[in-house]
Amino acid sequence: MGYIGMHLFILFLVLNISGMKRRDFAARVSLGTLGTILGTPIVYGHLMPKDYVPLALQNTDPFKLFNKDKEMVVLNDKPWNMEARAHLLNDAITPNRYMFIRNNGKIPENIDAENWTLTFDGEAVANPKTYSLAELKSKFKHYTYQLTLECGGNGRSEFNPPAKGNQWTVGAVSCANWTGVRLRDVLNDLGISSNAVYIGYHAADTHLSGDPTKEPISRGVPLTKAMQEETLLAFQMNGNDIPLAHGYPLRLVCGGWPASASGKWINKISIRNKVHDGAKMGGSSYRVPCETVAPGTEVDKSNMCIIESMPVKSLITYPKSGALLKLGQRININGHAWAGELEVSRMEYSLDFGSTWNVCELKKPANRLAWQHFNAAISFSKKGYYEIWARATDQNGKSQPMVLPGWNPKGYLNNACHRIAVKVV
Amino acid sequence: MEQFDQQVKSLTGILFLFLLLIVFFFGGLFYLANNPETATSIVEQEQESEGTYKAIENGIHLDTGFVVDEGMEATIQNCTNCHSAKLVTQNRMSREGWEATIRWMQDTQNLWDLGNNEELILSYLAKNYAPTAKGRRQNLDQTEWYTLE
Repeated sequence: MGYIGMHLFILFLVLNISGMKRRDFAARVSLGTLGTILGTPIVYGHLMPKDYVPLALQNTDPFKLFNKDKEMVVLNDKPWNMEARAHLLNDAITPNRYMFIRNNGKIPENIDAENWTLTFDGEAVANPKTYSLAELKSKFKHYTYQLTLECGGNGRSEFNPPAKGNQWTVGAVSCANWTGVRLRDVLNDLGISSNAVYIGYHAADTHLSGDPTKEPISRGVPLTKAMQEETLLAFQMNGNDIPLAHGYPLRLVCGGWPASASGKWINKISIRNKVHDGAKMGGSSYRVPCETVAPGTEVDKSNMCIIESMPVKSLITYPKSGALLKLGQRININGHAWAGELEVSRMEYSLDFGSTWNVCELKKPANRLAWQHFNAAISFSKKGYYEIWARATDQNGKSQPMVLPGWNPKGYLNNACHRIAVKVV
Repeated sequence: MEQFDQQVKSLTGILFLFLLLIVFFFGGLFYLANNPETATSIVEQEQESEGTYKAIENGIHLDTGFVVDEGMEATIQNCTNCHSAKLVTQNRMSREGWEATIRWMQDTQNLWDLGNNEELILSYLAKNYAPTAKGRRQNLDQTEWYTLE
């Protein structure tokens, strides 16, 4: 390209000298098309990836691509990250079209589900073993659970000082029906050593830089979480094959934990004799200060602890924020509440910015780690601007804070109360 | 005599340059004749990207969403190869924060040495994507209202 470019450039000069019109010839390409378009030389251009494609050529309709509702919000298109808005999550069980997408790398291409395999290796496996997907499906009993998956960074956009990363608001949470085999059944079949303490997944997604030696993400959970009944090697979501963006054909699902622990497109699980050290397990990734810090504090890596269970949280999914009501009009509010490994024991709402709280009706979870549904009938006796605030309390008595919880460098675990705006006119 | 020598020298120089240009000219023609698809595809690519690439509205570069300011081009060139411009524009950081992010990407994500562009990029980001104080909880930003029946 460089040599040709030089040729063309000189050709361009010659043509100009000889008085030919510029557009008569293809000469103005060259010297790095981008440099010409952008009007600046690309100083370190030789370090750029060879397959660089201008942004203009990357337009794809993500809503069609992933079968998502048009009201979903795209936070990032490389990698794909998309979140729901509160009112889109009103279904008891989240359908694909409203399920958030959080990707760290590029979605794998040309997936061959027929020949998909899952290999088990690691320090705590005497003999590494590989199961075909078909074997996993036929050999082990199937289970279906409603499992809450929330991104560890859901709510990041509210932190002050701001935290780096995708600026999730409230919609990086879902609760779908996941069907698969229990990881523990497979681990028991496989036989793991007594020194096993952690598992780490490896998957088929590829690094954004294109470097084949790098994994975009390879996280995991302690063995105790891996051995829970609800921890699945899932191959179905809501009764169908898992959608591509959510991990087709095989996903590890660890409900109630940061969704990054639920690896997508997995093809290997390492049984470790130490805490898994894959990509995004260390540093400040999915970690918060072990000892709480003042907002904006620089935290040493050694004082960062891995997030495990997600905290208590809730979302008002009906009505949509911005409702205009008539005086005396009675409406039903509803939504969901969840508390990581725990159950939500009380749900309340406030119409006066937290001065008084009223109890909502709260249903039991369909199964452990499923979100719970709440509802309440409300009305207003005076015109004006109101906010409906929701507050959940877990079985240990911990409630959602009305202001932002403890600041942390990467803006995880914002479980502050959700609220919606209402005007009575 | 000295003047004559000078003239011969410069004339030889000009002739040599012309010869060089002719060699390149025919070399280029020869190349194009043998690889016509290269030339056309490059032209098409440029025309396609040029159309959308330069569009600006309200000080925003439409194709990327970046604020138009000094350093934008360098930022596009160096910061949108691996990830989307959206990952930049949705974030707010101090100069130190942006610098730490660049270092993190260089240490772990294969970002290259930015050379002299680093200063340009850092200044652009620190100026246009600086944090604003948000307090412990912001007001709801409700702009759309609808009648609930």
